[in-house]
Amino acid sequence: MSVLVFVNPNEGIFPKSALEVSTYGAKVAKMLGVDCHAVTYGNVSDAELARIGNHGVKAIHRASGLDQPDNGQLSKVISTAADACGASVIVCSHDLVGKAVAPRLSVRLKAGLVTGVNALPNTDGGFSVTKPVFSGKAFATERILTETKVLSLMANSIPPEEIGGTAAVQELSGEFGTKKVTVKEIKKYSGSIALPDAERVVSAGRGLKGPENWGMIEDLANELGAATACSRPVADIGWRPHHEHVGQTGVAIRPNLYFAIGISGAIQHLAGVNGSKVIVVINNDPDAPFFKAADYGVVGDAFVVVPKLIEALKSFKG
Amino acid sequence: MKLLVCISKVPDTTTKIAFTDGDTKLDEKDVQFIVNPYDEWYALVRALELKEAQGGSVTTITVGGPDHDPIIRKALAIGADDAVRVDAKAQDAYYTAFQIADYAKDKSFDLILLGKETIDYNGSQVGGMLAEMLDLPFVSLGSKLDIADGKATVETDISGGSEVLEVQLPCVISAAKGMAEQRIPNMRGIMAARTKPLNVQAPADVTPLTTITKYTLPPSKAGVKLVDPEHMEELVRLLHEEAKAI
Repeated sequence: MSVLVFVNPNEGIFPKSALEVSTYGAKVAKMLGVDCHAVTYGNVSDAELARIGNHGVKAIHRASGLDQPDNGQLSKVISTAADACGASVIVCSHDLVGKAVAPRLSVRLKAGLVTGVNALPNTDGGFSVTKPVFSGKAFATERILTETKVLSLMANSIPPEEIGGTAAVQELSGEFGTKKVTVKEIKKYSGSIALPDAERVVSAGRGLKGPENWGMIEDLANELGAATACSRPVADIGWRPHHEHVGQTGVAIRPNLYFAIGISGAIQHLAGVNGSKVIVVINNDPDAPFFKAADYGVVGDAFVVVPKLIEALKSFKG
Repeated sequence: MKLLVCISKVPDTTTKIAFTDGDTKLDEKDVQFIVNPYDEWYALVRALELKEAQGGSVTTITVGGPDHDPIIRKALAIGADDAVRVDAKAQDAYYTAFQIADYAKDKSFDLILLGKETIDYNGSQVGGMLAEMLDLPFVSLGSKLDIADGKATVETDISGGSEVLEVQLPCVISAAKGMAEQRIPNMRGIMAARTKPLNVQAPADVTPLTTITKYTLPPSKAGVKLVDPEHMEELVRLLHEEAKAI
């Protein structure tokens, strides 16, 4: 018996999400009194693999021959590793790849799946986990009824913990099938921090009055090392690109710090951001509903407040 | 081209969520139900655009009781040709995917489209499960979709950018924002929807793999701490010392 985590390298480097699932998997393994294994693929340096061991993983199974495998191949890689280490719990990140791979794995292993898990399981008399539902308006406790369990872990649910361990790396061989989905092109947005990964986010809405006023929002984001985001109306009228739209029908985010500037706080917007740890609202309307969901609020004109805030941050950083 | 679109029923986006029966069930009192926005605005509308451009048919499939008929008629009003309802309460994603796969397995659909997730359970599970059950390729979270020469070209948002993927039909694709623009049904569509076929099927026998035992609402915030707009250095101090966020 073991816990198996899927750590997905991005251009040979393990992102924070891989360290989060390693930490999560190691903690679940400890609860169950078993070891935590990891599965990965491709060309990853020993130094990178050592980081996974440092986060509590005891053994790493690597299918080194695979390059840009699709989700069908990845589900075969993970299920092969699960067989090899007798995994009873399999954890991957709730990201683009995890969202495609975990359901396949669930069917392949006939193992109950809960996606977007945000906390460690409860193993008293069964196996239950919690996850946000209704787009963050509530949480559900879900019980997995099968022997083998598959989980996908929501980003920012558990801080990575370095425990100083080492992992033995072994080659994983098997029949992983042919690639059916091929990558034709990758387009990078210039210079910006990717929204779903951002620790801090500065978001603005219709209160900014026009796209020409986003300069101060970008300045504030730069000062904070934050990504920029916007409300739905702003994306819909084309002031900002759609990939910046956060909310129930846009991107759902859970940063440590979320600034909402000139956004009233409609229930659909709140649903996408209320997983944020600290929320700061700047709005000239003291009755804006967003203040009810905020930790800190500033009632005032954004065009006066934001430049002052940038100045204050500059002098704070010295 | 033969297209299948999976349609789910969800509470309207403005719904204030509350629970009953010892926090085990959504309180449906005063709740307006709609077609899951990702299923309707993006998957269904893109399917219709593809049919209009290249010919073919669009069938919708829903797992649920007769209370799902109004949202199915809405999908027909927007332009789907016919609809299938598997007459069973959807118990978990595996159960739902199994019903859809059981229907689709011998119908040779070229493309199965569905929203990237439902806005109630936020599972993102059914598409990948369907693909595995039907042994088809799967692309999730497509924000652009084109079909030519028996191949789908899908653009999908990745961290800090986007990637363009190519996949042979038949396949399963889940739709994210950007794949199409919402369509409002017109009067002719609404009239036509009344007489379009809505076929009700008995469910296949399958056991769910998970069950929801309890719902909780998020803890309410302690209350907002207001900072004087003249003193932004105070906000910076609070964020640093109290919230430890900077």
